[in-house]
Formats: sequence, C-alpha cells, structure tokens
Amino acid sequence: MSWMAALFLRDFKLAVRVGGGALIGVLFFLAVVTVFPFGVGPDLTLLARIGSAVLWIGALLSTLLGLDRLFQADREDGTLDLYLLAGRPMELVVLVKCAAHWAATGLPLVIATPLFALFLNLEPMAIAAVTLTLVIGTPALTLIGAVGAGVTVSLRRGGVLLAILVVPLSIPVLIFGVSAATAVLSATAPFLTPFLYLSAISLVALVVGPVSAAAALRYASD
Amino acid sequence: MAAETNTTSTQPGLRIECRALSCDRGGREVFHGLSFAVGAGEALLVKGPNGVGKSTLLRVLAGLVVKSGGEISLEGGEAERPFAEHLHYFGHLDGLKPALTTLDNLSFWKTFCDPVQGRRGIDPLEALGVLGIEHTASLPAGFLSAGQKRRLALARLLVVWRPIWLLDEPSSALDKASEQTLHDLIEAHLEAGGIVIAATHLPLKLKRVQELLMEPVTADAAQTEAYAGGAVFGDEEGWG
Amino acid sequence: MNFYDLANPTFFLNLVRRVLPWLVGITLILFAVGLYLSFAAPQDYQQGNTVRIMFIHVPSAWLGMFCYAMMAMSSIGSLVWRHPLADVSAKAAAPLGACFTFLALFTGAVWGQPMWGTWWVWDARLTSFLVLFIMYLGIIALWKTMDDPNKAARPIAILTLVGALNLPIIKFSVDWWNTLHQPASVFRMDGPTIHPSLLTPLMVMALAFTFFFIMMHLMSMRNEIYRRRIRAMRMRAAAAPSARATVASAKNA
Repeated sequence: MSWMAALFLRDFKLAVRVGGGALIGVLFFLAVVTVFPFGVGPDLTLLARIGSAVLWIGALLSTLLGLDRLFQADREDGTLDLYLLAGRPMELVVLVKCAAHWAATGLPLVIATPLFALFLNLEPMAIAAVTLTLVIGTPALTLIGAVGAGVTVSLRRGGVLLAILVVPLSIPVLIFGVSAATAVLSATAPFLTPFLYLSAISLVALVVGPVSAAAALRYASD
Repeated sequence: MAAETNTTSTQPGLRIECRALSCDRGGREVFHGLSFAVGAGEALLVKGPNGVGKSTLLRVLAGLVVKSGGEISLEGGEAERPFAEHLHYFGHLDGLKPALTTLDNLSFWKTFCDPVQGRRGIDPLEALGVLGIEHTASLPAGFLSAGQKRRLALARLLVVWRPIWLLDEPSSALDKASEQTLHDLIEAHLEAGGIVIAATHLPLKLKRVQELLMEPVTADAAQTEAYAGGAVFGDEEGWG
Repeated sequence: MNFYDLANPTFFLNLVRRVLPWLVGITLILFAVGLYLSFAAPQDYQQGNTVRIMFIHVPSAWLGMFCYAMMAMSSIGSLVWRHPLADVSAKAAAPLGACFTFLALFTGAVWGQPMWGTWWVWDARLTSFLVLFIMYLGIIALWKTMDDPNKAARPIAILTLVGALNLPIIKFSVDWWNTLHQPASVFRMDGPTIHPSLLTPLMVMALAFTFFFIMMHLMSMRNEIYRRRIRAMRMRAAAAPSARATVASAKNA
C-alpha cells in the first residue's frame, strides 16, 4: 500500500469513527435546510426558486463546521510533528488529508442533497444541477477551508474565527455554484459559463489550498 | 531483541556536528553558543534543570523549531535529503490515535515514513512483541495505559529505520522493566551504528556516551552578555 | 543607508522620529488645500452638493485597497526574509485598512441615500468592499487571538497572501453576479465622467489621504515596536535566564 493510500484510509477511518464524523455534518445540513421554510414561509413556488441557493448555503455552512478539526487533532497529539519529519511532501500530505476529509464529510452532503432538495420542491433538472455543482464545488470549499484550518491550527477555539476567515474567500465558489445551479430554472441564464468558472476555481484551490496550508503548518510546529 | 535486525551494516561515516547553535523564542534567548559533535554508535545525554531548554534543543535539532544561529551538519547521511529526515523524534506527545487499533497505529508509520538509506525497520507485530504489548495488537489504542501508549509510541522507532534518535524524556511513564527494555533498545541502536541524543534522567550504562550539560546562566551574566551582543533593545534582530 | 539598516528597529525608530513632523505638516497642508478646493468646487448639475461626498469616498476606497496591497507586500517580506519590521508593518496596516474601507462603505451609503433612495444597494463595488472589510476584520481578529506576535506573523502572512490572490477572483465573481442579477440599470459610483473642475480637488484629497495613511502607518508601527519591546522585557523578567552548556565526556560505567 502506498503512503498516500495509507494516509487516506487512516484519516477517512478517523473522520468516520470519531465524534459521529460524517453524520454530524449531514444533520447540520438538514437543520439548516429545515429552518429556511420556517424563515421564509412554506410557499412551495418560492422554495422552488430559492431552493438551490438554500442547499448551497447549507453545504457551505456544514463544510465550515467540520474544518477546525482538520489539522488541530494532529497537532494536539503530536502527529503533525511526525508528518513533518516523515520525508513526505507536506503539500501532498495536506492534499490527501483534504481528500479524506471531503470523502468523509463533503461527499455525504452531496449524497444527501437530492433528498433534501425534495423538501424544497426542486424540479428534477434543478436537483441534478445543484448536486452536480456541489460535487465540483464542495472540494473547493474544503481546500480553501484547509488554508484557514492551517492558519488557525494553534488556536484552541479557532472554529468561529476560521469560519469568518474562510467565508469571504469562498464567496466566488458560492456565486458561481448557485448561478449554475439556478440557471436551469431560467430560460436565459447560462449554465455552462458559471459551471466552468466554478470548475476553474476548484482547480485553482487544488493548488493554492495545499501549498498555503502546508506552509502554515510548517510554521505551526515552531 | 531488536538488535538483530538492525545490525545489518554500520555507517562508519555518520557524524552530527553542531556549531554555536542558538535559539530565541518570543524575543527571549533560550540557549546560545551550543557546540557538540556526536559520531556513529555514540550517545549524547542532554542534562540540566527543568526549563533550561532541553526540549527546545531537541526540537531545534529536529527542525521543528527554527534556530536563530549556528549550524547543524551531518556527515555520512544521504546527501540529497534534509537532516530532519534522518531522524526519529520521540517527544512528550505519543502521536497516537485512540480510535485506531495498536497495530493500525504502528503499521501506518511503517508505510508512511520514507525509509532512509534503504534500510528497513522490523515488522510491526515483532516490534510490539519487543516492547511486550503484542497482546494489544487488535485493541483500540484508547484502551492502553499511559505506559503502554508510551511503549507503542516507542515501537515506531523500530518499524522505520532512522539512524538518529532524538529522545525527549523517553522514560516518562515507564516502569522499571520497560526502562530496561528502553535501555536495551538504545544500546542495540548504537551497536547498529545509530546515534542517540536524549534528554533523560535515566542513568544509562552505555559504552560511548557524552554529556551535554545545559546550565542556567545567572541573570546578571545573561544581561551583560546580551548587552555585549547587542540583543537588548533590539539592535539587529531582537525586539528587546 | 541600506536594507539592513532599515531592518534595525532602533534605526527605524530614529527615522520615524525625524520624518514624522514633516509628514504631519505636509498632511495638514494637503488637507487644508484639499478641503478648501472641495468646498469651492462647483456643484454637479445632476448630483448637487452630494457630489462633495466623493472627495472623501474615493480616497478612502483607494486607500482601502492600497492598504491591502501594503499588507500583502509586507507579508512577502515576512515570509521570504523573515523580516520583523515586515511583520510589524503588516500588523499595523490592518486596522488602518479596515478604517478606510469602513469610511468608503459609510460614505457610499450616505451618498446612496439621496441618489438611490436607499442606504444600501448590492452594487458590485459596495459588495466587493464589504467582502474586503470582512477580510480586514478577520485578519485583525486573528492578530488579537494569537498571543505571541512572533508566531502569529507568518501564518497570518500566508492568509493575507491567499486573500490577495483571491481578491481579484472575488471582484470578478461579484461583478459577474451583479450583472446577472441587475441587468442594464446599473448605477455607477463614479458617474460617467468626472468634470475637470472636480478632478483637481479629488486628486489633492487623494494625496492628502495617502500622506495621512503613511503618517498613521509609521506611528502605529512605532507603537507596535514599543509594545513588542515591553512584551520582551516582561518575558525576560519572568523567564529563566539563558542557558549555557558545557560538553563533558562522561566517565563510563
């Protein structure tokens, strides 16, 4: 087994086993989706119109929720020091950790999306669009979040601060994700343009996220 | 013991040399002007009272804390690899995941760490046996006692070969029998051509051993020296 | 004078001491001239006296952005040269940038009220500035939360640079989002063209604000240096003295 596979499996196992893991994020997602109709009223046509946006915001908040433990647990038990000495590129270590984190927390959100979309009266096409954009967009959220998680790794209660730092950086993801997801409802709005922008941002995050998070983690051991 | 697997070849050339090593933390000088050299098969025991900077010295050597001056050089290692990848750091934290089994914890490090000089460590199960905790192999590490966790963390040094061991209070939470095991492991590692740098109160009966005594300098002397070095009120790099 | 002289906080403090009175003088003169020109400028035929808000708004917005660029450059200094003055510069710039950004948002709202009949519109520029403002506040909160400024500098520098990389993307996405949702009737903050009679006071005010920023930045860097010295002195007073070591070959047992 390669070291990357070993790291992925270990982090995935830990994310699923410790503290409810994947389930907590999905439950929070459900809670956010549920409070929206209470806020805006049970008007099904209105919900069908804003449903994609609600699902995207729910996914963003749920992603933010789980990020603070991404590196913090490793720092507290001394594992981070050992990662730095293992002779593996820290950027790849971060990337694999993000992949495992996404598989354990982001992927369940994507899987739950079609079901929650039914609560919000979304059309089948809209359900497909929002799920597809979340598949592309949530990895970007995790990778951008990794920067915040790396920077706040030494803070004991960095969770809320981490969310504040990450939200402005994730606005482009939200804009293009929601634009693409809601485009299928309108006759004029383009789907492909925002979708391609979203994919481009995910690709940029794939590089910027691990590189800057790894740099931040190197300083955190000092 | 573990010695058999590690005695395949010795590295005659392996030698660490540190010259005028110093470290500042938060504007305060922890130590300065530390110089020493350790060769293959040799141990360096770092001694001194609490808070004198023994742990910091080991973290500086591991590259985890940035040194503020001096040089660390390694002869006889793999030239293209950084110093930090030639060593095992064994600190106060065990680096264990309580939710994973003992064997999973250990096997991960064997796969994850890049082996140095093409030498393989021993099998994880065998390492657990050496440390007397093989019966816990399939138990989650969370069920282990403090001493057993410490031994599990120690087993990591056996499954991946690294010529240099940095041990920070390795005997804490260990009982008498385990202390003896630790002693034997260190001895075996030295015989295999390794280097051990340890901060420990344990009276190690080793053949080739040096002591590095870190003493607190009196406040006055520190001040005078700092003034002379221009460190106070931050000429050069200091903030005070 | 070379790079290493500037790296020296004591030298820097002496420099600030000499330069500051001149800076204060220039800033005051520029403000006096700028404010006079602002009030003497003719009314805009469409906006009336409201146009004078622009003399505050545009320089604030310019400095709100300039400050981030300053922070990003200081962050490069922190990461590449591990330069303590760069850390100090980045830290000192953050609250100033937040203030200028807030001023830009506030004057934008005050302007928007008579022009659009509402205090806030989700205009692309205002929205981008709101995001920038949140980023400033996040960075300030991070500086406040990390108690050791020496350890905080480099992680925050990384975040600042990632933010700098992200700002054009944010600007682009917000513009894109804005045109998608508000086709055609987009209001322009700066109006279609600026009449030359308004341009001169605007330029003078922009210069005054820039000098004001440089002055404030140097002053708050100076304060931060003093703060760190006090911190270092307290730590020295509390901590154990520096260790010295001797190597002794132990007798074998």
